[in-house]
Amino acid sequence: MLKVKNLFAEYVDSAGRSVKAVNDVSFEVPEGRLFTLLGPSGCGKTTTMRSIAGLERPVSGEVAVNGTPVYSSDHNLFVPPNRRNFGMVFQSYAIWPHMNVFDNAAFPLRVGKRKYSRKEIEEKVTRVLTVVGLESFASRDATMLSGGQQQRLALARALAMEPKLLLLDEPLSNLDAKLRERMRFEIKRLQRELGLTTVYVTHDQGEALALSHEIAVMSEGRIVQIGSPRVIYERPCSQFVADFVGLTNFIDGVVEQPDSSDGLYRVSSEIGPISVFSDEPLGRGEKVLISIRPENIELSETPFAGPNAVQAKVDLRVFLGEYTDFQIKIGDRSLLARAHPSLEIPLGQTLYMRMNPNKCISIKA
Amino acid sequence: MSPVPAARWSLTEGFSFKWVVMLPCVVVVALLALVPLVFLLWQSFLTSGSGLTAGTFTLENYASAYGGAETIRLMVNSLVFAAGTSLLAFVVGGSLAWMNERTNTPCKMLFFSLSIVPLVIPGIMFTIAWILIGSPKIGILNTLLQGLFSTDRVFFDVYSMYGMIWVDGLHYSPIAFLMMTAAFRSMDPSLEESALMSGASVWRIAKDITFKLTWPAVFATLLILFIRAIESFEVPALLGLPVGLHVFTSAIYQAIHQYPSKTGLASAYATVLLLIAAGGIYFQSRISRNGKRYATVTGKGFRPRTIDLGRWKYLTLAVFLCYFALVVVLPFLVLLWSSFQSFYSAPSTEALKNMSLDSYRFILGYPNFSRAAWNSVMLALASATIVMLLTSVICWIVIRTRTPGREVLDQLASLPLVIPGIVLGLALMIFFLNYGVGIYGTIWILLIAYVARFMPYGMRYNTTSMLQIHKELEESAEMTGSSWLRTFWHILLPLLKPGLLAGWLFVVIVSMRELSSSILLYSPGNEVLSIVVWELWEAGQFVELSALGVMFIGVLFVLTMVAQILSKRFGIKET
Repeated sequence: MLKVKNLFAEYVDSAGRSVKAVNDVSFEVPEGRLFTLLGPSGCGKTTTMRSIAGLERPVSGEVAVNGTPVYSSDHNLFVPPNRRNFGMVFQSYAIWPHMNVFDNAAFPLRVGKRKYSRKEIEEKVTRVLTVVGLESFASRDATMLSGGQQQRLALARALAMEPKLLLLDEPLSNLDAKLRERMRFEIKRLQRELGLTTVYVTHDQGEALALSHEIAVMSEGRIVQIGSPRVIYERPCSQFVADFVGLTNFIDGVVEQPDSSDGLYRVSSEIGPISVFSDEPLGRGEKVLISIRPENIELSETPFAGPNAVQAKVDLRVFLGEYTDFQIKIGDRSLLARAHPSLEIPLGQTLYMRMNPNKCISIKA
Repeated sequence: MSPVPAARWSLTEGFSFKWVVMLPCVVVVALLALVPLVFLLWQSFLTSGSGLTAGTFTLENYASAYGGAETIRLMVNSLVFAAGTSLLAFVVGGSLAWMNERTNTPCKMLFFSLSIVPLVIPGIMFTIAWILIGSPKIGILNTLLQGLFSTDRVFFDVYSMYGMIWVDGLHYSPIAFLMMTAAFRSMDPSLEESALMSGASVWRIAKDITFKLTWPAVFATLLILFIRAIESFEVPALLGLPVGLHVFTSAIYQAIHQYPSKTGLASAYATVLLLIAAGGIYFQSRISRNGKRYATVTGKGFRPRTIDLGRWKYLTLAVFLCYFALVVVLPFLVLLWSSFQSFYSAPSTEALKNMSLDSYRFILGYPNFSRAAWNSVMLALASATIVMLLTSVICWIVIRTRTPGREVLDQLASLPLVIPGIVLGLALMIFFLNYGVGIYGTIWILLIAYVARFMPYGMRYNTTSMLQIHKELEESAEMTGSSWLRTFWHILLPLLKPGLLAGWLFVVIVSMRELSSSILLYSPGNEVLSIVVWELWEAGQFVELSALGVMFIGVLFVLTMVAQILSKRFGIKET
């Protein structure tokens, strides 16, 4: 539905140099899907979205919706943002303080190419305000809304214009933690119910995992990996992705030989010989980096049987309510492990750990 | 580090209505800022041609302007006057700012009245009030003291260099007060507190820490005051000309107001005056840029602990009250007194019997008055509206787009700040005399002068408030399909409204009091209020002009109060 092809964008920094903000970015979003651009600040995700919106003019590339290009450097085509009919929710919500709730939501219907009668506008606005649960606030001053309500209003305004595409630019980052969690569900429910093709920009990996059909992780203007939330989390293709999405331990190792079953390899590592998984075939003697998530390290006071069982010592223990984080030591190397809070092993005591070989992901170093 | 926006010209984008709005605005600003100056320069190299014969190239104007011993005196006078005025204004205003910001002087509420004084009392009224106080013949001060000591001695002569410096220095001291207040406020108080902990005395801290750390601000303030003083017209014209004390501004006026008028000579004076002012502004902007190196400006809004002066606080209060009397109470009372007389005389029991409202009746029935009042009001409203709308478009281009050359546009729109009022008047006069498009001798030339002159204020107000408006508010309108013009009109302008209104009122006020440009541009039938005051003064009608002055000040006071309330509510500062 949305197709972005070989997009390049630059900006001029304060010193007057032009900086490549987006570097050869391509992706497609099928109809009705929520696609997330995830990355740290300055990775180019916002510039990518603003290029889709038309608020910025890329250097080259193509952006097309339903096969119709809205930007194409080859054809020297640039449709201005007010002709693209994309709904957008801004990070600051951009609620106009000099209008009330109704007028804010009705604005797109009043200024658009298509003219609506007063009655139609009222119907449509009431409908979108109901969708976001603001129907009883219609006549309230926009400045009298709480942060969460402003966020809903921004969403309602974007929905009122019945957009071809919905763009969400870090919509939750200005909300407090509790509200953010609730709005996460609301946005997911709305998006799934309305079936709106959506591009979502965030630096919060939790949000990205919770909401998306598909995630593109960006770094330094490029897309590093595209995949479903599960793939991104469980099969990161680079150290950057593994590190940026979720918590992980990195262990250096050298490949010894292929293991018994598919995709598994024997690796000699800092914590001894272990069995790890790799998507790509690995050769003997190849250096690899192994990523193992804290929750995939099983801990016990009694020894484990089977592969990847190691003896360790408790170095530090942090009780966090829902779980307990253990910092454990194997020789000089410390690892972070996450365990059920019922597990109580005193500091300095010997314990045993085990890692599922399929969860020990090798990344080519 | 902001990204490249989409606002870039491309044929494929098709015709956009915004160009219809933006291009004319850019052209108007460029014309207003540049054309008069270019003609001024050009004229200064021409012999004074009449309407029939064209002027030819010459250096004679500069030769005659800067050749003789007369010129050296003119230069020296101008510099002494400007330096004296700025020093006096700085010492007075700076000390008051220190008292207000750093000490526990009582009755601080009164200090804030200082921020409105320069707006409320026009320069010409302030000067005339001080003539009524300090003139050797009719001045209240001299007649009272002479009566007291029964002598003929002149105690204070306002018609002298000292008199000029005194009056202008007092008039500009509130500017020093405002600028230094801002400097003190932005200084981290712990720098002073650590000096206090090291055992330094109050005066020592003020001298070695506070003023040293605010040095960039001190220097900037002095420069601004110097520029204002060298540009000021009312005081040198009213106090200097009668006794042959000439400075640049009054010399320009005289060169024009003689027969035949010497425009070339006036232009030669004006060019040099312009260079001095431009040099000052350039230095000032360099200093304020370098000033950022001083780590005193933290941007935190703290209220520093004030120094306890003990019993000395009554002394500082007394100093302030004296000052207040000299700058506000005395001038206004003198005008008020004079306005109730049927002919001017110093206050005495005898004069009390002559109290009447005749002068007010005269003014209200004066044919020129109603016309001038109408002209002033219409000009003020029109110039304020044009300035604010014009600069809002310019500001949008400067702030919101990455259009190449936008810095130049910004500087063009702020350029008239450098141009002394009388120089701008002269430049426009020359331009429209040479290009008789029927504007010279009409009220339109005044409108053009006011718009050009006050454009920089519009820029300042609009820049401040536009920077406070999040860009996404406009972008979200654009995303909903709104056209540029619609976004500008329905989103941006309403959001700018507070700043627009405050700036609009400010321009209304300064337009109402404008004299130094108008004096060269008005023609019979197109007088404005300040010109009527000037004419009454030349005709020696003191009591009538006092009545006019009292009413004038009353109106300006109301307008200023409204502007203050608006500015405070929306957090816009002016200096």
